Amino acid sequence: MNCDEAEILIHALLDGELDASHAREVEAHIAQCPHCAAELKTFRKMHEAIAKADLRYTAPPALRRRIEAALPKPQVGTSRRAVLRGFAMGSAMSALAATGLVAIVLRNDDEQLIEQQIVSSHLRSLQPGHLIDVVSSDQHTVKPWFNGRLDVSPPVIDLTSQGFALVGGRLDYLDARGIGAVVYKRRAHVINLFVEQTGNAAHVSATTNMVQGFNIRAWSERGMRFWAVSDIGADELAEFGEKFETALQANKEG
Amino acid sequence: MWPGRSIRTGRARAVSATAGQQAMPISGSNEDPDKARRFREAALPYLDDVYTLARYLLRDPADAEDAVQDCYLRALKHFDSYRGPAMKPWLFAILRNVCRAEYARRATQPSALPEDAPEGAAEQAPMWREEQQTPEAEMIRERDAVTIRRLIDKLAEPFKETFVLREINNLSYREIADAVGAPVGTVMSRLARARAMLRSAWLAEQE
Repeated sequence: MNCDEAEILIHALLDGELDASHAREVEAHIAQCPHCAAELKTFRKMHEAIAKADLRYTAPPALRRRIEAALPKPQVGTSRRAVLRGFAMGSAMSALAATGLVAIVLRNDDEQLIEQQIVSSHLRSLQPGHLIDVVSSDQHTVKPWFNGRLDVSPPVIDLTSQGFALVGGRLDYLDARGIGAVVYKRRAHVINLFVEQTGNAAHVSATTNMVQGFNIRAWSERGMRFWAVSDIGADELAEFGEKFETALQANKEG
Repeated sequence: MWPGRSIRTGRARAVSATAGQQAMPISGSNEDPDKARRFREAALPYLDDVYTLARYLLRDPADAEDAVQDCYLRALKHFDSYRGPAMKPWLFAILRNVCRAEYARRATQPSALPEDAPEGAAEQAPMWREEQQTPEAEMIRERDAVTIRRLIDKLAEPFKETFVLREINNLSYREIADAVGAPVGTVMSRLARARAMLRSAWLAEQE
């Protein structure tokens, strides 16, 4: 083997692409050619430096949601599915029109979009180191922590004695706005309670939906919108929501 | 509610409009929920990979998002005819077509990105040969991700693409060949050249 061949093949050696006999040939050349040996060493060093630096990008959550929303999915409501089916089947429809339609589908379904974001936030929070910004089982520690970080700090209520342990709080984002998340645990299961201020003081009773296998219980109370999300069953999540609402009523300090 | 969406959608239109000519008719069997589920399971896990390649190829985050979305819509359309071999190179091949349409769109705009070297010329130029100094001079020092990305961004096409597919997207030579539609031998020489160019830039950066 000469240096011209080796110049290409050292890369295949480095990348583990050579079979055993070719690998031996390249190694034999390197053993008696200091130039090619130095080349391999340099490229290996560069390869390692590249592997060490994280050069990948992560797709923005909004992009993931847009793509998810464009895929037909069986569990969504009839009207929306009909729209998507129309999109999928319209054989004359170009990609151009489809792109516009995706935006329309998203825009018409704010609550579903928000619930998908809630689930995404919940999933993100379950990754190591993401769950809690302030760790405390004391509501008088968690509540002041939110002050100054949010315009309106969420009510923090300790439900530990009622089977839902307060474990901390987190600043999260919903629809590109800062939002408070209060974190509870039921046995090993995490419950994220997202709280957003709304201009509307009306009471809206709770509804429960399942999104991507997670239960979301949403309700409005005292000018706030609440979403409790967890992988616990709908009945347990309802129990959580009811206990929280009862405690909120009793605890005017909120 | 979504500031900026209308702009992004507008851009996606521009990409799609140029790409539309070669788009195949939308398959009528998309209503099959099983197909949607299979597509989801097969293609969505690679979203970060596809987005990563788009970022390197287009250099612009918003354009990359549009291209990835377009790529997935097209992939869904053609999923019926997908027979393998592997999902990742297949998605990359679709993304490349979308990006090519975007390049074409940019070329018609006065404020296009810094121009890439013309493909053929770069590929036929002789291999880099200036490094006959002592091997000790060739030591590569570690660099942070921002610096390395900048160095990679400066590589000319098609070397950058081959390099990103190998070093960042972790494709095998065979898979790269499938994704870019070139023989494995071409992939190997492009990769060797990409690394030689990157090394020169890397060492110059250390000066």
